Amino acid sequence: MTHFSKKFIVSAFVGTLLSVSAHAATLNIHNGGDPTSLDPQKISGDWENRIDGDIFEGLVTEDPKDNPIPGQAASWTISPDQKVYTFKLRDGIKWSDGQPVTAQDFVFAFQRLMDPKTAAQYAYLQYTILNAEKINKGEIKDLSQLGVKAIDDKTLEITLENPTPYFLNALMHYTAYPLPKHVVESKGDEWVKIGNIVTNGPYKPTEWVPGSHVSMVKSDQYYDAKDIKIDNVNYYTLEDQAAALKRYRAGEFDILTSFPADQFDWIQKNLPGQAHVVPFLGTYYYVLNATKPPFNDKRVRQALSMAVNREVIGPKILGTGELPMYSWVPPGTANYGEPAYVSWKDEPYKQKVEEAKKLLKDAGFGPDHPLKAQLRYNTNDNHKRIAVAIAAMWKPLGVDIELYNTETKVHYDEMQRGQVEIGRAGWLADYNDPINFLNLLSTGVEMNYGRWSNPDYDALIKRGNEQTDLKKRAEIYKKAEQLALDDSAAIPIYYYVSQNIVAPKVQGFVDNIQDIHRTRWLSIKE
Amino acid sequence: MFGYALRRLLSTIPVLWIAVTVCFFILRLAPGGPFDGERPLPPEVKANLAAHYNLDKPLVEQYLIYVGDVMKGDLGPSFANQDFTVTQQIMSGFPYTLTIGGAAFVLATIIGVVVGCLGALYQNRSADYWLGGGLLIGLVMPSFLIAPILQLVFGNTLGWLPVGGWGNGSIRFLILPVIVLTLPHAARISRLMRGSMIEVMSQNFIRTAKAKGIGPRLTVMRHALKPALMPVVSYLGPAASYLLTGSLVVESIFGLPGVGRYFVGAALNRDYGMVLGTVIFYMVLIVVLNLLVDIAYAWLDPKVRMR
Repeated sequence: MTHFSKKFIVSAFVGTLLSVSAHAATLNIHNGGDPTSLDPQKISGDWENRIDGDIFEGLVTEDPKDNPIPGQAASWTISPDQKVYTFKLRDGIKWSDGQPVTAQDFVFAFQRLMDPKTAAQYAYLQYTILNAEKINKGEIKDLSQLGVKAIDDKTLEITLENPTPYFLNALMHYTAYPLPKHVVESKGDEWVKIGNIVTNGPYKPTEWVPGSHVSMVKSDQYYDAKDIKIDNVNYYTLEDQAAALKRYRAGEFDILTSFPADQFDWIQKNLPGQAHVVPFLGTYYYVLNATKPPFNDKRVRQALSMAVNREVIGPKILGTGELPMYSWVPPGTANYGEPAYVSWKDEPYKQKVEEAKKLLKDAGFGPDHPLKAQLRYNTNDNHKRIAVAIAAMWKPLGVDIELYNTETKVHYDEMQRGQVEIGRAGWLADYNDPINFLNLLSTGVEMNYGRWSNPDYDALIKRGNEQTDLKKRAEIYKKAEQLALDDSAAIPIYYYVSQNIVAPKVQGFVDNIQDIHRTRWLSIKE
Repeated sequence: MFGYALRRLLSTIPVLWIAVTVCFFILRLAPGGPFDGERPLPPEVKANLAAHYNLDKPLVEQYLIYVGDVMKGDLGPSFANQDFTVTQQIMSGFPYTLTIGGAAFVLATIIGVVVGCLGALYQNRSADYWLGGGLLIGLVMPSFLIAPILQLVFGNTLGWLPVGGWGNGSIRFLILPVIVLTLPHAARISRLMRGSMIEVMSQNFIRTAKAKGIGPRLTVMRHALKPALMPVVSYLGPAASYLLTGSLVVESIFGLPGVGRYFVGAALNRDYGMVLGTVIFYMVLIVVLNLLVDIAYAWLDPKVRMR
């Protein structure tokens, strides 16, 4: 070979490499906080879900609109009593190390999830599976008693405690992801470290620098790899939203998953069409301690709720247009239809205030005998702004509010121990079903901070849970919701909105009610 | 010298032990636990987590387990970052903080000393006003204000430098955070240096040197610089401690993976292991830095003897 031809071949090879790397599509996503772990059984936040949802895949996965579609399972059948689900796994599905994904990997993962030794924070999300709760509570020691069985390598059978219409939706959750049994068993707790970790999703992690980023590359073992347009994804840790917006403007980020609310006007003017602010399955509300006077009086609860001018909170106080909330379940929730609303929803605000004054007067309060109460919220500028505004809205009723701010850990600790009169709370849905919201008002659940309790409500929820007909179930739940709203069980304030900014070059980003956007469906137009 | 350094290091062990003990019990007494949050956990899950991290054991037993582990060099697990131990996290973040903080330390010292000397030599002349006044901006403007301005100007408007990120340590990515960290310290050092140099320059031995006909540059370099550096050196200890323990503001604004964010984040998360780990790490670091300052002092001033 001549010197020239050698040189030519080397140049061509280098040129090819450069052109390949030049065409490798990379997506840079601002992801807020640092992930707690890459282990799907150790995480609990939406910023962690974004990462794990790209590197793992469950039996069922999300389409771009967040609808359930077959994931690792090609198909499934449901028994007539709706308690036994039989999944057929796809042919040729593999872990990123080339090993086949089998039904045993799912059995292993579900058993590990429920094993008390794993201490999985979100284990309770799969309590609908037979014996799951008893195993997690240590009442059953034998993990094989869990209702998840491998019939053969390709067939998985899951038996539920009761019919659960949202079960397929719950299988999209990261608690239902399989784990590579062969790696976890050989590496122990170290299995999740970069270099050891093996995943079955569209991407595999290649680097994690705590406080900086998690990087991943497309997994060539993924069954749909040929249709995936983005080769590399970087999830950046950056909690300072203003700094994140600057980096987005400089082209360093392609997607922002949150932004400073006070910049919304600027963003709309200067980055037209890039802000995706849409309703989201989340609610912002105040609880009232229904076990203590005067909040054990329905009239007081209703008066305070009526006097909240919800129409100004989203557009004026927050500036991002959060929608006023008059129901308990957000509109657009699956398996539900239109939610129930408070009876006074459409009254003019002035009239609501007048009625509120009357209700309070009937309860023995007014300017001569003001209602004094403490309103607690956790540290956050928005919570503070809202608390100040609502305290001002209550002032004309003769309500004297003391604002009390604590850090998040203390706030929720005190809320759970019932040490609040009025307290700020919020809930983001784990799965798209009304019961995820309605449960917040059931007697005895940890999230029922106001301890409002109504046997009729509990009975309706129980009846709804047992109902397999989705239409009838929704009707029963709606009766429960109406009952809670009529009794002013809590003060709904607004429905959350998801707040993404997406660069015009990113294609395939579809707004959806759970704010889930897997990279698999995105592409970059250069 | 070695014996002195060793004695100083050993003498910190009881102080370290007291600090860790006080921190351990104060943290446990603080309201709110590591697993409290917006999503309350069912009691059985909380119990599983408590058992996993030994938090279900009596407090004294937890303390003894912790101290035993620390003596074996294990700072324990972190609740907020479960894939890494506390030691791994500190060791992973420290090189970043060291790079940025170290660069800022060196730059602040050089700039501060040079500007301070010039300020003293050209006292109340335009060089003094412009250089000293310019640096004062860094002192009066807090980093949470100056950092976004620099990002906006050099990143967003001019497009000369990246707005944030580490960029594999590329110098372009380090420029802005290093400037933000350098400015206040350079300003303080220059003020100290200027004042000290003015004072030294009025001393008799300088007058004698001048009388011997030694030029002003040589007078400063050979006779005035060393004694004038004394107050600067005493400031360098705290400055180095500050810069090498990381700046939460700079790291969070520029999205850098240093250790500064552990200070506040760990306490807010009730990440007991991380809080105690950072206390131990920083105490050792501060002791070592102060020791280095003392050694530098002795070198500069022979009257200071190490015992």
